[in-house]
Amino acid sequence: MSAAAPVANKKARSFTAPSVIPGFRATFGFTIFYLSLVVLFPLSLLIFRASSLGLSGLYGIAVEPRVAAALRTSFFISFAAAAIDVVFGLITAWVLTRYEFPGRRFLDAIVDLPFALPTAVAGIALAALYAPNGWLGEPLADYDIKIAYTRWGILVALVFVGLPFVVRTVQPLLAEIDAELEEASATLGASRAQTVWRVLLPPILPALLTGFALAFARSVGEYGSVIFIAGNLAYISEIAPLLIIVKLEQFDYAGATGIATIMLAISFSVLLAINLIQAWSQKRFGHV
Amino acid sequence: MEIRIERVEKDFGDYPALRDVNLTIAPGELVALLGPSGSGKTTLLRAIAGLSNPDRGRILFDSEDATTLSVQERRVGFVFQNYALFKHLTVADNIAYGLKVRPRRSRPSRAEIAARAAELLEFVQLDGLGARYPAQLSGGQRQRVALARALAIEPRVLLLDEPFGALDARVRKDLRRWLREVHRQTGLTTVFVTHDQDEAMELADRVVVLDKGRIEQIGTPDELYDRPASPFVLSFVGEALALPVQVADGKVIFQGKELHVSSENLRNGPARVYFRPADIALHGGQIGALEGRVEAVRRTAAGLRASISIPGYDQTVEVDTVDRAGTTLGSSVPLSLNNVRIFSTAAEETLGDGAGI
Amino acid sequence: MSEAIPSAALAPVIAVAAPRSVTEETPLTRNVLIGVAVAFLGLFLLLPLAVVFTEAMAKGAGAFFATFEEPDARAAIRLTLIVAAIVVPLNALFGVCAAWAISKFSFPGKSVLITLIDLPFSVSPVVSGLVYVLVFGSQGLLGPTFAAYGIQVVFAIPGIVLATIFVTFPFVARELIPLMQEQGTVEEEAALTLGASGFRTFLTVTLPNIKWGLLYGVLLANARAMGEFGAVSVVSGHIRGLTNTIPLQVEILYNEYNIVSAFALASLLAGLALVTLGFKTLLEWRYAGQIAGRRRH
Repeated sequence: MSAAAPVANKKARSFTAPSVIPGFRATFGFTIFYLSLVVLFPLSLLIFRASSLGLSGLYGIAVEPRVAAALRTSFFISFAAAAIDVVFGLITAWVLTRYEFPGRRFLDAIVDLPFALPTAVAGIALAALYAPNGWLGEPLADYDIKIAYTRWGILVALVFVGLPFVVRTVQPLLAEIDAELEEASATLGASRAQTVWRVLLPPILPALLTGFALAFARSVGEYGSVIFIAGNLAYISEIAPLLIIVKLEQFDYAGATGIATIMLAISFSVLLAINLIQAWSQKRFGHV
Repeated sequence: MEIRIERVEKDFGDYPALRDVNLTIAPGELVALLGPSGSGKTTLLRAIAGLSNPDRGRILFDSEDATTLSVQERRVGFVFQNYALFKHLTVADNIAYGLKVRPRRSRPSRAEIAARAAELLEFVQLDGLGARYPAQLSGGQRQRVALARALAIEPRVLLLDEPFGALDARVRKDLRRWLREVHRQTGLTTVFVTHDQDEAMELADRVVVLDKGRIEQIGTPDELYDRPASPFVLSFVGEALALPVQVADGKVIFQGKELHVSSENLRNGPARVYFRPADIALHGGQIGALEGRVEAVRRTAAGLRASISIPGYDQTVEVDTVDRAGTTLGSSVPLSLNNVRIFSTAAEETLGDGAGI
Repeated sequence: MSEAIPSAALAPVIAVAAPRSVTEETPLTRNVLIGVAVAFLGLFLLLPLAVVFTEAMAKGAGAFFATFEEPDARAAIRLTLIVAAIVVPLNALFGVCAAWAISKFSFPGKSVLITLIDLPFSVSPVVSGLVYVLVFGSQGLLGPTFAAYGIQVVFAIPGIVLATIFVTFPFVARELIPLMQEQGTVEEEAALTLGASGFRTFLTVTLPNIKWGLLYGVLLANARAMGEFGAVSVVSGHIRGLTNTIPLQVEILYNEYNIVSAFALASLLAGLALVTLGFKTLLEWRYAGQIAGRRRH
């Protein structure tokens, strides 16, 4: 028994837990290489360029009136669009998961249209629809309502873009709700409205918030579907991504980098917020 | 083929999954690795298969060092816990898989492969089901396909991970008998993992009991049951009750009274007296050292079953008797113990065999 | 319900008093909700889609098809196909490698890696284009060096390819990672014990198990690759007949008030989107268990 210390085997890989499944080095290596080359290197160059501007330089760019106006436009209209998506996205998800009616499958499939339809196509279609001579623009013009080439146009485009994020985040949760919960609530004397409000919606809240955040993040960065309908008037209906392109065309690389960095910061804050929401939800409800 | 496991150790992070495991399995033997979850039994089986390699120590197939062989080179027939059948292949293709992936020069012809698959299907009594997909089979049938697939490569050793774990009780009984038959017919050295002591005792020539990565005892089913080497084996293999006692100068003291059990080699200090539920009895009329109080009496088909509390012991014991008069509720009754084993609590090492009170 | 009582005796009573199921809304609420959802989806999704095809055919089929005779349009279509043919296989290969490394092995920092792979989804398309201008542009880090060797990246096809790779980077990987994590390694282990080599195991066991998920990811990546506008717009330079993809050509035509041609070309992409959605729905319906299912994109 105590003849010698056990023979230690030569393979002592420390990074990955040993496994008989082959191919870790090759696939992991390629993953890291490709990721670094295509994503991390260019992105970090942006950060590096921005850091050479310094915080004061970034601040200077952000408060430049045209930049500030564009950031404000992007931020507030995206927020409003995401809020509208939460309301109608919830109703849509509810209807699609809980009711059976003709055309349900078709509508369910079509919800993903904003994911699948190229943004430029959506952009010109919305612009044509709401232009003063368009299908919707013309009747609305009779009431002196102008949507295309105003901020309302941006809102319409961003509502379009963000909708599937809310629906697809909420839908699986609605589908999983245990009917017994609703029955239990009813046996305890709750009205249907009370059951919906007090039993069904609270567990969905984190998903709604996540959907909101995703729609918001997407909207802030959205370009193609907005620029055709926005009118793109500086200080009024010019969005931040467009301003980046304008700066680039003026060879103002520092300005473009500055705006891009601020937008990245917004995206990452939203990403962080989503992770916090999900961590909280995991703890509170045991699901995401 | 003989399997020799020498000083095998494996860690999962800081957690030692296997500690100083030494085991020799004779050619043609049927051995069970028995233990609770986390005992290291599956880890050991996977180490034999080459699905994971030990951190220290080695495993020999006959005299060849298997630790230097890849999993493909080891040629083991491995039956996975949930069978791991290839869902996208038919039953026949599943069975033929191991032959089809052989390098061209050692690969049998297509016709030979088909014939071999058909033969194995017949062997596992699934003739005619070759064209089905795994999803179309019952649990027991999947188990047989998994075994046929493992046998198709003409393995040097057959390894089964919880072979009956996923099956319901009735199918399990049938398959047990059948596996024994398969073992007899193939003559393969066979090792299977189980957490079910009945399964291990009923099937295996020898049982290896593991706990916390260590081998607690290796022995035939009789040896394990009659001469358990540790309290763990004793309580894992069959039911056991334990009275906390003090050993002082060769005497075994329970609640201030001496129990008349032999106490050779016993170290002074706290210990436990272990016995099987069947080995406690009402001691007709005489007052013994061990005394209990009748808490409840129930009628059973054969006689009576009394629940008896023992002062100083926190569980009630159930004793079968036919003596209604001796078991009036609330009365004190003398108890006798047979076949007790005493283990010192401090060192947990085996000590004297008791003959009775 | 007591079955002893003849149902006829109770029927009238039930008809009057039967409460609706406790887990349903009143028919009125229900119909209002359905109405709202249908109206909203109709207004925001179906109407724009209808506009694309209607405007494309506004001047008849002749004008519609004439669009595709235009050399610039043909060049745009060709370039779009070339870009997708480079980008999609590359990202599919990456997706399979990343999913293999992440799902079949355990190593520290795995969740960080997954987050990094998802990163391009949270970056604005315009920023995705911009980062390549910063690397390869004339004032960029590597631009002058590449220019010295006569290689132009930005305002040329390589830039378009890179920007498209960036925006479609996560599609296949994020589809396969959860799927392969769920499938675990046991079937691969079984194949290995039966003597199959690593690559053989991948081809005969892993690939059949992930093929629908892979196809799903490839479809989505392809739709995005062909339709990407913002990122490509930044790096393309908009040179007609040379560096314009379909979406960029659509923009130019639209801005020139060549509405029919713009929508005709757009209808090509809209058709692709519909086909993608169709396939996606089919896959989700038919192979629900074999794709990771619907999540955000």
